[in-house]
Amino acid sequence: MDLSQAYSMMMTDLGATLFLLIVAVSGLVLVVFDAFKPRHVATPWIAGLALSAGFVIEMMSIGAPEGLAWYDMMRTGGSAAFVNSLVLGSGALSIILTVPYLKKIGHNIGEVYAMILFATVGMLVLGAANNLVTVFVGLETMSICLYILTGFVRSESGSTESALKYFLLGAFSTGFFLYGIALIYGATGSMEFGAIRIAAEQSAGVMFWGGVSLLLVGFLFKVSAAPFHMWTPDVYQGAPTTITGFMSTASKAAAFAALVVVLWKALPAERWADVLAVFAVITMVIGNVIALSQQNIKRMLAYSSIAHAGYVLVGLASGSQAGYSGALFYLMVYTIMNIGAFGVLALLEWDGKEGSEQTLESLAGVGYRKPFLGWTMAVFMFSLSGFPPLAGFLGKWAVFAPAIDADLVWLAIIGVLTSAVSAYYYLRVLVVFFMKPEGENSPMAEHSFDIPRSSAAVLIACVVLLVVFGVTTFALDVTSGFFAADTVTQFLG
Amino acid sequence: MEITLNWYLTLSALLFSMGVIGFLFRRNAIVMLMCVELMLNSVNLSLVALSQSMGDTAGQILVFFVMSVAAAEAAVGLALVIAIFRDKLTIDVTQINLFKY
Repeated sequence: MDLSQAYSMMMTDLGATLFLLIVAVSGLVLVVFDAFKPRHVATPWIAGLALSAGFVIEMMSIGAPEGLAWYDMMRTGGSAAFVNSLVLGSGALSIILTVPYLKKIGHNIGEVYAMILFATVGMLVLGAANNLVTVFVGLETMSICLYILTGFVRSESGSTESALKYFLLGAFSTGFFLYGIALIYGATGSMEFGAIRIAAEQSAGVMFWGGVSLLLVGFLFKVSAAPFHMWTPDVYQGAPTTITGFMSTASKAAAFAALVVVLWKALPAERWADVLAVFAVITMVIGNVIALSQQNIKRMLAYSSIAHAGYVLVGLASGSQAGYSGALFYLMVYTIMNIGAFGVLALLEWDGKEGSEQTLESLAGVGYRKPFLGWTMAVFMFSLSGFPPLAGFLGKWAVFAPAIDADLVWLAIIGVLTSAVSAYYYLRVLVVFFMKPEGENSPMAEHSFDIPRSSAAVLIACVVLLVVFGVTTFALDVTSGFFAADTVTQFLG
Repeated sequence: MEITLNWYLTLSALLFSMGVIGFLFRRNAIVMLMCVELMLNSVNLSLVALSQSMGDTAGQILVFFVMSVAAAEAAVGLALVIAIFRDKLTIDVTQINLFKY
């Protein structure tokens, strides 16, 4: 290949990954900008505009056919564009919620926005990866930024403690993930997904299966599936609330998207159905049962997010095109619900410790005091527990139906039963909000719980999206076009 | 005697296990960080050995990424350890137990 051809390829690839460049360069600009103009009002605007620009670009390329860029290191268009726009949208909404939140907790640090942008870059690389090297780089870029974001409230013990726990366990799981990559590389001689599949179909020895197991451990840790979920409750409870919303949605969506693509393109699916089904059952049961006894609402939502990882794993376990695309649809719905729920919690926070010490009971009667927050929370809780006509119901259908088609009826039954259990703790939030009288030491008396217009707009947008995606199926139709069988052969050829 | 690929892979597996065992049994946050570094570097050894024996450069390229990631992780990890030490005057992870169950 001569130089001019390489140059023209580079220009094409730069255009295909323009969204990534916008976010990355804006992050770098913000670091410098914040050094000269600390706490400037423009900082969150730059970050939000960069994410929105990337979001618009990627939304427009969802319909484009799947392609490859950067010498087959990244995927573009189709499912990659869908995951990218999901991550970028989640980042943009989180930034809007974070601006008033940081002022409220008195830690208005400009670097937070740069770190959110860098974390988003990691997630974008992860969600669009076509090679284990890209997966590793994206995963680590994302994780290291999230460790920092978790612990940026340095004066608060809860924040630093959760960051240290997240860091130690995250780095530990990185070791397993990397060893998995090395073993797969040794067994197949490649790190490119399609080449791994071809090599594994010819010969797959102990080294290959060992590598795949270690890789799966790394992935299941990052998506907080049981029994690798131990870090999740502590980290979600201690991290600043809007950051929790960001990392519980965008990072999970990106990691799951990478896992889906690895399963779909690199690993022959039929052998993994049983393994993933077992992990799905453990995750759903542990998440939903332990969530029942939680007093702290952030911790409860952390266990709920473990349970939701289990529902997505049900979709993956079916190993079919419908299962994979259903998982992506579920991740989108889950992102909207959780951004909204954590957004409400951020506004209802009164303990000055990022909500890590306030109990659910302390918010008794808040639904009457703040009807807007009460009713939006009601929508998010009903959607999380899967009530029609909200999108949570359609999402559950999208992951459970493929499992039934794949003869995993028992798995779908366990999924439905555990989500019936989950209704208890989701609806308990509403019971406390609307049906319990305010206690004597109620924080309502001394805290006004102001609702900034920007946050209100985000919450309304989440509610509207949940209703729209719940009563129409066009988003489901879009995702069901992904992972078609013919694109696999196209990649393999 | 010729040193074959298996020797490197065995050494790497041994170092990796030492890192895992150290991480699980030591309670000092900095020692745990060192154990993670040992795990990452043992994988680097595997990658370089495999890459050399297959005559393929992809493994060695990943090693460069791993080294930069390990450096970034060490920077963030030590910063967190300092933040914790200022707050609690200890980096024993059994003493860092605000959140339970």
